[in-house]
Amino acid sequence: MEYYLIVSAIMFFAGIYGFFTRHNTLAILISVELILNATDINFAVFNRFLFPDGLEGYFFALFSIAISAAETAVAIAIMINIYRNIRSIQVGKLNDMKW
Amino acid sequence: MEITLETVVFYFLAVFITVCSILTVTTRRMVRSATYLLFTLFGTAGIYFLLGYTFLGSVQIMVYAGGIVVLYVFSILLTSGEGDRTINKMKRSRLLAGLGATGAGALIVVFITLKHKFITTTDLAPLEINIKTIGNAMLSSDKYGYLLPFEAVSILLLACIVGGLMIARKR
Repeated sequence: MEYYLIVSAIMFFAGIYGFFTRHNTLAILISVELILNATDINFAVFNRFLFPDGLEGYFFALFSIAISAAETAVAIAIMINIYRNIRSIQVGKLNDMKW
Repeated sequence: MEITLETVVFYFLAVFITVCSILTVTTRRMVRSATYLLFTLFGTAGIYFLLGYTFLGSVQIMVYAGGIVVLYVFSILLTSGEGDRTINKMKRSRLLAGLGATGAGALIVVFITLKHKFITTTDLAPLEINIKTIGNAMLSSDKYGYLLPFEAVSILLLACIVGGLMIARKR
């Protein structure tokens, strides 16, 4: 079972690395998707190996997939709006508040 | 340890997911990053199928690989299609700081995972969760029912649809 957790840990830290070092905000959102996916793998693995007759981790992973889909949609809508206003989505350019 | 088919498939999926997730965050071009994300999500769905969770793997493929990645490709081609080559330099100190923090965290987590004494979990009975069981558990309001999160997620999705339309409409 530990090898499944190592795979999800590698995916998690790849997402954290991308979150720290990318200039494009869409790349940062992709890294957040990697982080969320890694935690879903963890939930499913713990449910399968340690609690085989319960379904709590299974349903948590299911609802986590639904919630991350909703959050991705809203985040991409915000990014498109930002692109319409300042014509760039690099994080270095996003340094002005509205007024 | 004997070499079963499950072990072979697991190692293939593990290498596939590791390589694709590292390539997702280190490539310069955005469309390639979205493609590697798609491969990573397919690998994750493969792990769910390997664990015996077929419904979860199907939902992963439909929602993540079929919905979210398409949304990312749309938004990448809409926003950064033009001038993404100019700002590509990155301070060496920032890259090293990110790599150092990530490497240290990964080492700590992998060390703790390997040192911890989990109960022996090899040779499990093959599991097949009935869709009837899933349906009964999701729509029942007893102690182990998930009716309330189900309704809450549907309201959340409605709010996100309306919010996304409001934010990104044409003025």
